[in-house]
Amino acid sequence: MVEWTEFERATIQDIFSKMDYESVGHNALARCLVVYPWTQRYFGNFGNLYNAAAIMGNPLVAAHGTVVLHGLDKAVKNMDNIKATYAELSVLHSEKLHVDPDNFRLLADCLTIVVAARLGSGFTPDVQAAFQKFLAVVISALTKQYH
Amino acid sequence: MSLTTKDMSVVKALWGKISSKVDEIGAEALGRMLVVYPQTKTYFSHWADLSPGSAQVKKHGKTIMGAVSDAVSKIDDLPSALSQLSELHASKLRVDPANFKILAHNIIVVTAMLFPADFTPEVHVSLDKFLQNLAWCLAERYR
Repeated sequence: MVEWTEFERATIQDIFSKMDYESVGHNALARCLVVYPWTQRYFGNFGNLYNAAAIMGNPLVAAHGTVVLHGLDKAVKNMDNIKATYAELSVLHSEKLHVDPDNFRLLADCLTIVVAARLGSGFTPDVQAAFQKFLAVVISALTKQYH
Repeated sequence: MSLTTKDMSVVKALWGKISSKVDEIGAEALGRMLVVYPQTKTYFSHWADLSPGSAQVKKHGKTIMGAVSDAVSKIDDLPSALSQLSELHASKLRVDPANFKILAHNIIVVTAMLFPADFTPEVHVSLDKFLQNLAWCLAERYR
């Protein structure tokens, strides 16, 4: 079982309660597709991903970014049971979407960077540690059903 | 994933914008790394104070970013620019190369925090590649 301190719980609730899901989701996913272009392999039907401008302007990327970010809501609301909460999504990503789990880490890094840019000095080392721990737990849960 | 001429000019242009804060970025990135990735503290057991604002952390962060800035100025030939530092890291410091990636991540986070408008995805990918190449050259002499 993951142990969360009061600070970590409060930090995660705080970040997500103030999150602009559309903007952050869009920017995080687009950034991932630009910085780690091999991740584009999962979005063959998204149309134009030829360059950074096309990716940033692509409405399917924007919409999907929001979907992915809202997927994190389950974890935010069930911090003491993230593993079980993501069992189905893990099976989906493994059996149906066939996503290499290393990509979860790449997207998590991009999300961290987008949130850091938004919060500026508010993204203290302790806040960063809490946020990255949260994402690591989510990634572990999403990877759990792979076999 | 070697550096294209575009990557090199993007990184140089970024350095032009951030040069006034390079020391701060180094101090902040190193301090952050020690907090967020506590296993990295094992390399600094000889320091009295490992907290983010400490004098030793600030000084060392500045040293590291000084070397990174130097590498930017010699970006066309990173292997020879880094050969001495590689020798130092291989024979004396013996920092596990996995940690270069960790520090690079924190340099990127801090750069994004301090320069959110300038740190576009295109700049991000070039900086990421540059730091990756730098790490590779730094580990060159390891074995």
